[in-house]
Parts: sequence; structure tokens; C-alpha cells
Amino acid sequence: MTATTTRAGLPGAARPPRRRRTPLPVLLRRSGSYAAGAAVLVFSVFPVYWMVATAFKPVGEIFSKDVRLFPGSLTLEHFDRVINGELIPGVNFWEFLTNSLLVTLGSVAAGALLSLLAAVAVARFRFKMRTAFIMVLMVIQMVPCEALIISIFINFRRLQDASGVQMLGNLTGILIVYTAFSLPITIMMLRGFVAAVPRELEEAAAIDGAGPWTVFWRILMPLVAPGLVAASIFAFITAWNEFIVALTFLGRSTEEYTLPLSLSYYFGRFGTEWGAIMAASTLLTLPVMAFFLFVQRRMVSGLTMGAVKG
Amino acid sequence: MAQTAEAVRGQSPPAPPPPGPPTPPRPRRRKIPTPYLLIAPALVLLALVQIGPILQMVWNSLHSYTVRHLLPTAPAPEWNSFAHYTTLLSDAEFWMILRNTVVVCALMVGVTMILGTAVGNLLHRLPRWFSVTVSIGMMLAWATPAISASLVFRWLFLPERGLANVALDRLPDWLVGGGWLDYNWFLEPVPLFTVLILVIVWQSFPFVAVSVLAGLKSIPDELYEAARVDGAGGWRSFWSITFPMLRPLFALLLVLQIIWDLRVFTQLYILANSFQNKSVYLLSYYIYQQGFSASPANYGMGSAIAVVMTVMILAVTAYYLRIMIRQGETR
Repeated sequence: MTATTTRAGLPGAARPPRRRRTPLPVLLRRSGSYAAGAAVLVFSVFPVYWMVATAFKPVGEIFSKDVRLFPGSLTLEHFDRVINGELIPGVNFWEFLTNSLLVTLGSVAAGALLSLLAAVAVARFRFKMRTAFIMVLMVIQMVPCEALIISIFINFRRLQDASGVQMLGNLTGILIVYTAFSLPITIMMLRGFVAAVPRELEEAAAIDGAGPWTVFWRILMPLVAPGLVAASIFAFITAWNEFIVALTFLGRSTEEYTLPLSLSYYFGRFGTEWGAIMAASTLLTLPVMAFFLFVQRRMVSGLTMGAVKG
Repeated sequence: MAQTAEAVRGQSPPAPPPPGPPTPPRPRRRKIPTPYLLIAPALVLLALVQIGPILQMVWNSLHSYTVRHLLPTAPAPEWNSFAHYTTLLSDAEFWMILRNTVVVCALMVGVTMILGTAVGNLLHRLPRWFSVTVSIGMMLAWATPAISASLVFRWLFLPERGLANVALDRLPDWLVGGGWLDYNWFLEPVPLFTVLILVIVWQSFPFVAVSVLAGLKSIPDELYEAARVDGAGGWRSFWSITFPMLRPLFALLLVLQIIWDLRVFTQLYILANSFQNKSVYLLSYYIYQQGFSASPANYGMGSAIAVVMTVMILAVTAYYLRIMIRQGETR
């Protein structure tokens, strides 16, 4: 806004020369905007900086009462402790990482497949239950898993007792729950992408003799892939960060813990080891940040889809 | 399309033929797998993990249902004619937790929306390089997992050594008062909720800011120029142009924030770090405590609280659903 004002003032040769300089109020307002922007930047970044800085600080400096904004010396001892030591007695970091990756990638893969199928149905077909299905998706998307956790826990517990299939205390139960809870939003995200594929393309391929699976893999998939990536990353982040379901279902089976749960457990038992806690928090955060910077735009458009278009 | 629907209605849904190509497809007529087959896997999973449990939550809340009923020889949970609800209604602790949830949620949502909108407008005005830099910084806050964020804020506000306590202590006493160094933020409701609101706002304002920025970019500049010519300031053009133009976006953001903030659990779990003090509970914390921390675990009571929370969320959601239906999202 301010920039346009000044630019509008510049080319006016007829104006008196003193108007060519940026007027003081505009200059003040502009520097005010810069200062506000810098403040937002500091507010956003500082806690993350503090997490990383603490993770690299020697123990002596963390425990010192003379708190300094920049670490005096750097050390890898906390990372070494987290990665090579035992975060929880008897279990090390790699096992938690493996658990987290298994449950996250597993639920992302299952969720991608199921939501793609459902999205094709919703975007490409007209059927009796279609509107009802979309309404159900929208409503259950709103019901938080915090409200359902007791019912799901009881179901899994009863199923486990009745069938002998272990649902709690290992990754099976949380894998199922993560997949299910990611479905409504990924179906709604993918639906738009599928609907955007021109029907003529599919028909042209069909005329050339392509069967439904060829059409699906050769025509639909390449065009829907960006949406699938965005939806999958969304599901990945949700599952990677998830806490309450893991907390409830895994109980005391520490060797099955996911990373967030192991971190909370470690904090509960060794609450004063801030160097190690911050190092583990940093490691937990890294993959999410990488993905986030990658898909930031699409996440916004996916979540507020329909609201901006007018 | 209509033919598909007819074909589907004709056959029995449970066992339609597999979608493979057993018959050679004739040109112009594709063999289409039925839509029901396509939604079936998702629907089964949703029914088992979400739709079913929603109904069970209501059923559980109407029965005496504790951990004892899970024993193999235990009798079925008994109908208790709304006992959980009448207990809750006459329970001062429940009302306190409900009030705290509403107040804390309102503060979280209010601060997040105002800050996010202000930052979105600010980013729109800043030159591109700077706005991108700030956006990337905000991504860091947004991307930090709830567990990591809660632990960092717990560390920042730690008595004796937390940076916030040290900084407040070093500020002159006439400005902020004294005794901050060993101040414990995590025992009493007001300081604990203050830190909690700070964590939540820190994590959620970037989403609002980036969404508002995207919305602002969709509004033609001419509108603002015309307003400026007419002598409108920034405040006036926000309320006369931005807000009316982006009203659906603001409504959606508001609803999403309310839904997300009503269910806050992880951050409180780390910050409160115990179930001792009911005055720092929020609803979802209370649900978890009843179901998994109380002794004996009271599933019926936990479910009754969950029903209260769900009703609150659905009341807010009804508005959102109306917007979505009006915009044709269900079509």
C-alpha cells in the first residue's frame, strides 16, 4: 500500500521537487511494518532456536544460572546420548524411530489407497448414497479422536479378548486408527484433484482401447499424483505427531512406543535432562519441517478449500 | 452417469463382480467398477473406528460402565437412567472445567484470529522477499510437533533457569514486579493457562496468517485504491473491503480454530504433567483422566464428558456445514 503511494508520487514532473523524497509519515509507517515483520519473525523462530540451541549446549551451560542467548560452546553429547544411549531403559532411539516410521508410513500408504478409491467414486460417479457419504465425511471429520478414544479402546480391548488378535500394546491398533482418522480430509482433498482431470482424456484413452485399469494408472494417476502427495504428507504429519492414541493404546509396552510417546515418557522420568529432551525434540521436529516447507501452500489450499474461491 | 446408478441399483451391493476386465471392452463403452465397491473399504474402516464409536460413546454414557465390566466374567454394563449426566450437572468441578475450557478456548481462538489476521495483512504489505522470509519463519512454528513445542515452552518457563523467568527477573521491578526467577507457572490455573494459550497461539497463528494472505491476494488492488482515493485509512478499508470479501474464509478459519482448540490435550498433558489438580483440567484432559487415569477407570463418566464436548463441537460445526452445503461442496 505504502509502496504504491510513493510510486504514484514519483513521476509527477509537474509537482514541486520537494515532493520527490519519500514523505516522513510514509517512511515511518514503512519502517513500522518492517519492525512488526521482524517481531513476528523473532516470535515464530525463537522457541525453535531455543530448542536447537539448548540441544547443542554443554550440560554446564544448561544448568548455569547465567542464562545466555547464544551458546558459549557447542557439543554433540546430547544427540549422542539420545541416538546411541537408551532413551527408555532397555529401548533405544532406533526402535522408537522404527515404530514411528512403520505406523506413519503404513497408515499413509493404506490411507492413500483407500482415499483415492473413495475420491474417484465421489468425483466420477453419481450414486444414491453419494451426498450422504460426503455429509458423513464432513461430520465425522469434526468429531475429535479425544472424544472417541474411550469407545475405540473398549472395542479393541474386547476384540482382543474375544479373538486373541493383539490390538493394544502393539502398533496394529494405532495403525488402524491413524488410517481411519486421516481418511475424511484426504478424501475431500483428493476429490478436487480427481474432478479436475478432464473426462475427455479418459474417454479418448478408452476409445483407443484402454481398459479401466490402464485409464486409471496411465491417465488418472499422473494427474492426481500432486494431490496424492499433498494428502499423504498431511496424513504423515498428523500420524507422526499423534500423541493421545499412542498414549492410550500402548500403555506400558515401552518397546512399542512411537517417538512422541517416548519423548513424553523420558520427560516424565528424567525431567531435568533438558539437553537430551531438547535434542530428542529437535530430531522429532526435523522431518516435519522438511515436509512442511515442501507443501506449505497446498496444505493451506487443502484445508480452506472452497472458502477462498468466492 | 444415470446408467451407472441404474446398474448399481439393479444388482445386490455386497458381492458385485471384481473390477478386472474379464470381457473385452467394446469401444465407447467402458466397464466401470461400481462406486460402492470403491467407497466400501473406506466406509468399513470409518464405520469401525469412527461412526460406530460415536454411537457407542452415547451408549456408554448412559450406562454404568467401568474397567470392571471388561473382565471376561463381568455382567453387561447396566442402564443407569442418565446418572452420569445428573452427576455432572450437579458437580461443581465439572462446571469449573467446562467454564475453564470455554474461556481458555475463546482466548486461544480470539488471540490466534486477531494475530493471524494482523500478520496476514502485514505480510501483504511487506515487500516480497521479506514477506517470504517471515512466512518461512512462521512455518517453523507451525511445523513443530505439539510434543516438542510443549516441551520447549515448559523449558522456557522453568523456575530458576527458564529463559522467560530469567528475562522477567532482569527487567526492572517497577515494570513487571519482582520475584520472577523462581516463579512456578505450572501449578495454578491462571499462569498455566497463560503458557498453554501462548503455545497454542504460537503454533496456530501461522495457518491463519497464511490463509488470510492467500485471501488478500485474491482481492483486486483496484478496490483498495478506490477506497484510498475516497480517503479511507487502513482500518476502514479492512472493515469495508477485506472483511466482507473474505467473510467465508474468516468463518471457516474461526470454526476450524474453535474445533482444534476445544480438544487441546497434548500440550496440557506436558505442561500440567499430572492429574492431581482438577483446576487446571480442560474437557479432553478430563475425558482421558476418567477413562485411563482414574481408579477405577470410569468409561461411562468419561463418555458422558465426551458427549458434552462433541455436542459443543457439533454446535459450532453446524454453522460450518451450512456454509459448505451452500457452497455446493456436497454436490
